[in-house]
Amino acid sequence: MIGTISYLVFFATTASILAIAVLGLNLQWGNTGLFNGGVVAFFGAGAYGTLILGGTPQDGHLGGYGLFYPLALLGGMIAAGLMAWVVGLLTLRLRHDYLAIATFGVAVAFENLMRNAEWLAGGAKGVRGFERPLRDALGDGFLYNIAFFFTVLIILIAVYLFLERLVASPFGRLLRAIREDEEAAASLGKTPSRIRLTAFITGSVILGLAGGLYGTFYAFVSPQDVLPTLTFQIWAMLIVGGAGNNRGAVFGAFLIWGAWTASGWALSRFAPIEAQLYTGSMQFVLIGVVIVGMLMWRPQGLLPERLVVSQRGSKE
Amino acid sequence: MPIWAHRSMPDPLLQVTGVTAGYVPDLPILHGVSLTAERGQITLIIGPNGAGKSTLIKAIAGLIPVSAGRIALEQQDVTHIRPDQLAAHGIAYVPQNDNIFRSLTIRQNLDLALRRAGGDATARRDRLLAQFPALDEKQRDKAGTLSGGQRQFLAIAMALATAPRLILMDEPSAGLSPKATAEVLDHARRLTADGVSILLVEQNVSQAMKLADHCYILAEGRNQVDGPAAELMGDKVVGEIYLGGRRMGAA
Repeated sequence: MIGTISYLVFFATTASILAIAVLGLNLQWGNTGLFNGGVVAFFGAGAYGTLILGGTPQDGHLGGYGLFYPLALLGGMIAAGLMAWVVGLLTLRLRHDYLAIATFGVAVAFENLMRNAEWLAGGAKGVRGFERPLRDALGDGFLYNIAFFFTVLIILIAVYLFLERLVASPFGRLLRAIREDEEAAASLGKTPSRIRLTAFITGSVILGLAGGLYGTFYAFVSPQDVLPTLTFQIWAMLIVGGAGNNRGAVFGAFLIWGAWTASGWALSRFAPIEAQLYTGSMQFVLIGVVIVGMLMWRPQGLLPERLVVSQRGSKE
Repeated sequence: MPIWAHRSMPDPLLQVTGVTAGYVPDLPILHGVSLTAERGQITLIIGPNGAGKSTLIKAIAGLIPVSAGRIALEQQDVTHIRPDQLAAHGIAYVPQNDNIFRSLTIRQNLDLALRRAGGDATARRDRLLAQFPALDEKQRDKAGTLSGGQRQFLAIAMALATAPRLILMDEPSAGLSPKATAEVLDHARRLTADGVSILLVEQNVSQAMKLADHCYILAEGRNQVDGPAAELMGDKVVGEIYLGGRRMGAA
């Protein structure tokens, strides 16, 4: 029993962290129409930033600043935001598919940098020596995981409420206007370039927050955590859940992470012995099929962007 | 500018002088085009396909680079203006397509345009909606549900929300029925009575010429003829060459 609950807590923690990341991407793509193909780079900046700032002294690479945990997490978010600022200034002039290609390239460069620059973050060995906060008080077991899960859940709810308010504000209206037509928005005196950059940085800071929590949860991050696969997983969550809808983003995160976990279990259990080596690849194929299938049959996602209700009753 | 200068010799609202512009460098579409738009008038630009009509309006709106010439609004140089600075200069641009935000409600569209435009936004929104009863009825509906004519009205209402002195309209009748075209153009005419000036590009020559004050005919990116719209309409040679000859007479 405790084993099942323990596993569910582990599952829900990971899904909640990913849900925060999907919310960040939703601000960029769902609300503003920015095709960030390098999600994992900003997620990774948050994870690496948090662990480097909050970890114990390490030989051979940056780190060991041992900052108070909330400051380390904030530092990770700032690292992601700074990276978004630089990447944004360089690439936000690009549109749609070109922006996707450019940001995808940034993510690949980030992974390669982390893999090769040992002085920076330990190279392929990754960043170690991070003490999870409050470990002395809560220990390493079930209690800790429960406490951490609720912390993540509270952060998820806070991010959700923040974004809901943002979307309903005049700024949110402006984001959707820019998503539809920049030229028309500019002709009303708006500055699309600045607004796009603001949305890109804000979304990336949220991605960095998710990355920081992820790094905290595992107390370790390596280049294996910032592979393009994670970008595609987070995208699949948003597309399946419903781009433009924050509830859809959270729902998609739990659904896809559930499907990912279940498929992993099922493949390991039922795939023939000789195919066991390839079950990981089969899961990637599955994610691809889910994305393509959704885009073909229900491009608006399971919970589509909410429509406005007219005074005279439902419309559309 | 001193006040006496204004009184003794009123400057035109918009003065375009020898403008050369195009979408890519070294391949100009406009070759030294000049034009004047007076206050409270509708200035019409017509010409065959590819004449550079829309290009001219986009050059004025700062959407394409101007490589030579000058554009001045009340003698202030606005040649290299950025599109998002237009509103601050009192210029509103109504693009031909995609001039409204379909996923926002009509009210949200207007609020977007009214924000930071000064004054009491709610009162100004109410005044705009009063001008366009069709929009008033549907203000909580998505703009994407509007008919073609209603969309143009919304686009015009959004342009008016920025309190412009000059509205640049790029083919407001494109894709509209003749009845809707007449409604939109009539409304444009009424706006000039309130002191707004309009620079209008139209394919619908016969209807547009009837309500325009002054008309410029462009072809191949150059000025061809210009004059009071009523005179040009009656000019046989002009009609034959630029306005489609007999078809014009039949209309």
